[in-house]
Amino acid sequence: MNSVGLFILVLLYLVLLFFIASVAEKSRKPFWVNNPYIYSLSIAVYCSAWTYYGSIGVAATRGLEYLTIYIGPIIIIPAWILINAKIIRISRVNKISSIADFISLRYGNSRSLGALITLICAAAIVPYIGLQIKAISDTFHLVSHTANSNNIFTDSATYVVALITVFSSYYGTKYVDASERRVGVIAAVAAESILKLVFFLVLGIYVTYGVFNGWDDLYAQASTFSDFAHKNSIGGLTGALNWCLMSLLSMSAIFLLPRQFHTTIVENRREKHLRTALWLVPLYLLLINIFVFPVAWGGNILFKGASVNAEMYSILIPQKFGQDVITVIVFLGGLSASVSMIIISSIALSIMMSNNLIIPYGILNRISESNVKDNTKLIVTVRKIGIALLIVCAYLFYKFYINENSLFSVGLMSFVIIAQLAPSFFAAIFWKRGSYWGAVSGLIAGVFMCYKMLILPEMSGANVSHSFFTIDYFDPMTNAFFWSLFVNTVIFAVVSIFGKGNYTERNYAEMYVDIDKYLKYQDSAFVWKGTAETEDIRRILIRFLGEEKTKQALHIFNQKYNITDEEDTADARLIKFSENLLAGRIGTASAKILIESVTKEDKISLPEVLGILEESKQNILLNKQLTEQSQKLKQLSAQLQHANASLLEKDKQKDEFLDAVAHELRTPITAIRAAGELLQDDEDMPEGIRSQFLYNIISESDRLNELINDILYLDKLEHTEQVLEIAQYNIKNTIKKVIQPIEHLVEKEEIKLDVRLNLTREFFYYDEKRMIQVINNLLANAIKFTKDRHGEILLSVCNPQENLELKIYNSGKQIPDDELEMIFEKFYQSRNQNLKKPLGSGLGLSISKKIIEAHHGYIYAKNILDGVQFTLSVPQNYDKYEKNNYSR
Amino acid sequence: MTSMKKIIIADDEHKILMSLEYSFRKSGYEVFIARDGSEVMELLKTETPAAILLDIMMPNLDGYETLQQIRAEEQLKDCKIVIVSAKNNPADIQKAYDLGADAYVTKPYSIKKLLQQVDELIT
Repeated sequence: MNSVGLFILVLLYLVLLFFIASVAEKSRKPFWVNNPYIYSLSIAVYCSAWTYYGSIGVAATRGLEYLTIYIGPIIIIPAWILINAKIIRISRVNKISSIADFISLRYGNSRSLGALITLICAAAIVPYIGLQIKAISDTFHLVSHTANSNNIFTDSATYVVALITVFSSYYGTKYVDASERRVGVIAAVAAESILKLVFFLVLGIYVTYGVFNGWDDLYAQASTFSDFAHKNSIGGLTGALNWCLMSLLSMSAIFLLPRQFHTTIVENRREKHLRTALWLVPLYLLLINIFVFPVAWGGNILFKGASVNAEMYSILIPQKFGQDVITVIVFLGGLSASVSMIIISSIALSIMMSNNLIIPYGILNRISESNVKDNTKLIVTVRKIGIALLIVCAYLFYKFYINENSLFSVGLMSFVIIAQLAPSFFAAIFWKRGSYWGAVSGLIAGVFMCYKMLILPEMSGANVSHSFFTIDYFDPMTNAFFWSLFVNTVIFAVVSIFGKGNYTERNYAEMYVDIDKYLKYQDSAFVWKGTAETEDIRRILIRFLGEEKTKQALHIFNQKYNITDEEDTADARLIKFSENLLAGRIGTASAKILIESVTKEDKISLPEVLGILEESKQNILLNKQLTEQSQKLKQLSAQLQHANASLLEKDKQKDEFLDAVAHELRTPITAIRAAGELLQDDEDMPEGIRSQFLYNIISESDRLNELINDILYLDKLEHTEQVLEIAQYNIKNTIKKVIQPIEHLVEKEEIKLDVRLNLTREFFYYDEKRMIQVINNLLANAIKFTKDRHGEILLSVCNPQENLELKIYNSGKQIPDDELEMIFEKFYQSRNQNLKKPLGSGLGLSISKKIIEAHHGYIYAKNILDGVQFTLSVPQNYDKYEKNNYSR
Repeated sequence: MTSMKKIIIADDEHKILMSLEYSFRKSGYEVFIARDGSEVMELLKTETPAAILLDIMMPNLDGYETLQQIRAEEQLKDCKIVIVSAKNNPADIQKAYDLGADAYVTKPYSIKKLLQQVDELIT
């Protein structure tokens, strides 16, 4: 393929990345923003060009030890659920945006430590980025059959790098708050992870099954090599030790590489996404390694005796067979691996550069006096330039230094340097005694060891001379790793133990190690004593957040801690809260410096800090309990209010009811009293009238008694668990029992009573005694309203949908529609002027309704034809109720 | 005979009416019976009684409405109206007086006293 065509392809590929990034950035749908798979795939940025080409080189020339780079992470990833969950929580509450922030905040929010870590990272990562550029450039020339050009401007790789630079600086600096999640870039990186895996698998399948005849064939041919057995063994005790240490090295790399910290911690949106990463990342590492071995040995077989770079086997093999498509695919896969690594590394590094180096040491004074718009612009510009600068440096590094060196060794050197962060990093979350001076001295010593044992010999090209530090079992690389980390750890531990840490360190140690205790009220865990004005702090916040956001943030803060907006002295919580607000934009160290500039801090001794911390721990616990209790109280009080309201309502109903009862009782009493009085006083009362009055006394007494019975019965229906005696009855018999006693009355009143049965069966479930009472009530009602008119009454019984349904119609005066429901209220009829007094107590319909409801049925009245119809329905799916309701 | 005092007694309870009718007739009144307010109004078209006994809770036209209608008639202004009701709370009683009742008797009552009260009202 010619170089212009390939360049266009690269261009198209980058356009695709831009497209994915912008779609993700714009759509903001949960798929892009909140996707555990995108998160997990972005962590696979671990597999850079080193994996793509370097592993094959190592497998072909040295043996299986390339596997250690993946074994380490696979072993340690399950522990993420503990370690990374903790780091994610710490980073979230402290608005941490890089590993430099993470470590330096722990050791007293120290500006110098942050800067030191930034420098170490840059020193380790810039060559590493250079390595990726080298991979892109080498493969580009290989695929396009062009020669490497020493002139930067005629080398097409330059332009590829320029494109990547533009992409990274554009999408990497979208947000001024560095602790924000970069949806677009992460989506693009996740897409690249898929591409590089799929393309690598395509290559592997092609080599194994296309070029060779499957694994067996490949193995059979490869095993004829004299060094095959040697290369594919661990290599005795020496080899085993190297393996162990290399695995440890890669184990620390998966935590400490700035790009890994960035994707795993800073870009983590939900802690539970870790659970997906827990299996997906190891699976990914496994899949991408499956075909390393066949490709490496396939290359060894195919290019036996030829002098080719084994690292390029993955391109050379398809090229040898004229498979242009596969060649280009492999190239694009390698490009994906490199580009994603370059993007994330440069973003992570540029954040460190800006937040831990340039802002705190360079432009902090300037931005502390500027306004929000200029500041945002300046910070973003610094980061943009930072990204560009890093990539340019890496490019130059590649151009003038690593051209001759292999991918593998430069990569490992990066790993070893980055591993120097391990002691202070892991101690940060597990060991409260670790101190600033311990971290700094350990780091410097470790890096110095690296320089002496790795970089210097590498640069001079000389063999490592035998010295005190040489351990015969180790490779030079392993040796350097072992000694640098050993010295680093020992110095860190010793200095920490014997040195006296300052109180801020101790404070953050507490907050880091016991993060779960402070998670919710982490601002309270911050110890600070001194004087500060809210107004001063507010003014600083405005410079970086703007008027509106500052107002919102302070409002949220005041609400969270129940502080009035008028409070003008700031406490430790506000100081920490404000530092957090600024931290994402300008880094934790600068945030502290800025806030310090407007506050006056009092000296505070270490024992005092410990005291306050203990107190605040208890306070947090107390606060938690108080919140819980107050929530419970709130609930209780709501329940009480509700109960009170319903009691009041019931009370009112009871009053009304008693009023009505009193009225109803007085009516018969009046008649009785009057009759009694007359009988007593009037001696010459005619006999006929006398007996009439006596009869009245008896009948009104009966009425009184009936009324009292009804009231008590209704009360029982309402307030006690009335147990109906439900059984199977023949409805025909029941109707007969109702009709017989009234037949005489009906005849006398010349009412036409018609009974119609339209039944598919005769036996139904109900309480017969109660049902008779209900039908009686309704019929009495019907007779009353139709009596004077010699009208008609129709009683019909049917069983639609398994329900027992009765309809009682009487001709006569209709009930106004708006009163159809009210007639079932107690004493309704006697209160309503449009209806005649009831025959009974005025409670008949209320009682009927209650009885039907106890049957889980319903009753209602309706005006039809020229009269009124009452309908009652009793469900017959009795089994359902049998267990739950009736057998109490 | 103009000397005979006329009275209308309105109540929807048959048994209450019976005793009142008997006692007032015995005391020399000419008694007219009404079962509800509308029957009272009907009677007033032809009769001008000295007094009217009104129950409140009656069908069709209740005691208050009847009272209101009677008081709206100029020629009935001398007619004494006694409300006889089982309602005995102050608000109900006040309402009756506000509408122009001359007396309020709560049920149950002593017939003797009721007669006395009516006698005093019309003389």
